[in-house]
Amino acid sequence: MSSVAQVKAPPRPPKSARRATQKDKERRSAIWLILPTITLLLIVIGYPIVTAVVESFQKDPGLDPATGMFSEGGFAGFSNYLHFLLQQCGTTTCPPGTNGAAFWVAIGNTFLFAIVTVVLETVLGVWMAIIMNRTFKGRALVRASVLVPWAIPTAVTAKLMLFMFSTYGIVNTVLHQQILWLSDSSAARVAIIVSDVWKTTPFMALLILAGLQIIPEEVYEAARMDGASTVQQFFQITVPLIKPALMVAILFRTLDALRMYDLPAILTGGGPGISTTTLSMLVVGQIRQGFNAAAALSTLTFLIIFLVAFIFVRFLGANVVANQAGTKKGDAR
Amino acid sequence: MSTATTSHVTDPAGKAIPAELREVHFTRNTGARLRTGIQAIVIVIWCLLPFYWMIVTSFRPVDHTFDTNLLPLPLTWDNYATAFSTQLGNHLLKAIGNSLIVCLSTVIVSLIFGVTAAYSLARLEFRGKSLLAGIILGASMFPGVALLSPLFQLFTNIHWNGTYQALIIPSISFALPLTVYTLTSFLREMPWDLEEAARIDGCSRFSAFWRVILPLATPAVFTTAILAFIAAWNEYLIASVLSTDATQTVTVAIAGFTGAQPHQEPYTAVMAAGTIVTLPLVVLVLVLQRKIVAGLTAGSVKG
Repeated sequence: MSSVAQVKAPPRPPKSARRATQKDKERRSAIWLILPTITLLLIVIGYPIVTAVVESFQKDPGLDPATGMFSEGGFAGFSNYLHFLLQQCGTTTCPPGTNGAAFWVAIGNTFLFAIVTVVLETVLGVWMAIIMNRTFKGRALVRASVLVPWAIPTAVTAKLMLFMFSTYGIVNTVLHQQILWLSDSSAARVAIIVSDVWKTTPFMALLILAGLQIIPEEVYEAARMDGASTVQQFFQITVPLIKPALMVAILFRTLDALRMYDLPAILTGGGPGISTTTLSMLVVGQIRQGFNAAAALSTLTFLIIFLVAFIFVRFLGANVVANQAGTKKGDAR
Repeated sequence: MSTATTSHVTDPAGKAIPAELREVHFTRNTGARLRTGIQAIVIVIWCLLPFYWMIVTSFRPVDHTFDTNLLPLPLTWDNYATAFSTQLGNHLLKAIGNSLIVCLSTVIVSLIFGVTAAYSLARLEFRGKSLLAGIILGASMFPGVALLSPLFQLFTNIHWNGTYQALIIPSISFALPLTVYTLTSFLREMPWDLEEAARIDGCSRFSAFWRVILPLATPAVFTTAILAFIAAWNEYLIASVLSTDATQTVTVAIAGFTGAQPHQEPYTAVMAAGTIVTLPLVVLVLVLQRKIVAGLTAGSVKG
């Protein structure tokens, strides 16, 4: 960069150099303005992450299951990770009931919930968005009412659903059934999925609606002129044009669903057994049993979510940064 | 509208449209509108009915908990008294106070830091901008559970468990990124020409922002604050691990709400407690509907 030399150039710099100085100054103030935020984020997020990674390679002090002796801790290598990944407790396989043995079940539950809820929410969200994008009397009411489930705290939603899915609750009354929603593993999963879909579809619908609103009506008119059917219009125009907004919405929701905690923790407590236990719940359960193993587990959780985000951005074309940061074309390096 | 009297309506080209054709068009339109209307009603019912059910149940006497009529008859305010009563070990009022302290502190810190960062991202050009924006966005999607175990250990060691800062600090981890990117996309829509004009008239960059842009951006800042507040208010995971009885927030208090009988969920009182902590939020959201939606979807559609 030659701007430094130009800055020093005495006494009246040429026009181009003055612009460079201006730019330099802008760059410097930009950095100073954003630095406090970055620093704060490094403290509240960066520090715990690094600590977690460091601690995950330390042994938890406690009784060594192999020797029955108290062990002081010390370097653990990958044993905390293997405890979860390969269900190893010391030299033996973890017995059922330990968090090690629950790891893959929790992974399965977490991904089951994430995939099913996100698919349902996407389909329902597109439908709601299409309705809300039409002009009709009372549209404002619809748009307002979808905000209600979103605004209710998940903990309250969970309690409300606990009531509605209880044995004598309204769900069984309406269905004329006596389903024990919370004591049967499939039923408990259904209850969680329904609750999550109710709570978060509106958010999805609003994001998709925002995408729909920027499609000009003329595009549809032109398609109708050319004889495109409603179905054709949907798949040939609507879907491709809302795809960027849709991908961002799906990415947000997927990452959110992968860290699902409040709903199963309050609604089912992870049960019956561990059939609705999610990864986040496993981490919380592990924290009180051993920091270092919990650190390994939370690092694994972080890596899994990071990997999913990476796949979305890299291979599925969820261009989040460009959309969110509003980077102008050509600015991205 | 009768077909007999309106025989000669013309289309833009001036040709008369036969009455039968208009009739077909008319019915098809009505059909479509009816279908839209029905679907709209389904959406409204689906979204509101559970919320309505919570409110209705909160007014039912305990022995009418599982009533199915749509109105709370007989009606009682007892559950609200139970919700606030501390006899059974519930401290809802204290929890509301705690939540207010944690959420307001989180929002204020996030705004102080977030406004300058958002200004920088929205207004200034510099190398590495997209990288920094990406980092901040990534931080907002960061799984909170990954922070918990090291923070729990740290706060135990320095005896911070049961303090407000132990809840405020982790809340900043999601509220600050949310604040920055929502505010950035709001600020990008500001009339920056005005700021330019103020600077030509001799204002410094700071005073141009302070005197010209910030007053115009007040609704945006306010909306962002509401969104961050709601996110912090609804947080449960962090609070459930890092709070004690003394600093318990509303979500934790409601999740752990106990009744008179040990194995019986006090549904009506819980629904009352749920209504108390939710209704102000819902009203606020409905009043600010347009702004909230704009804030929620900010940036998701701009290419």
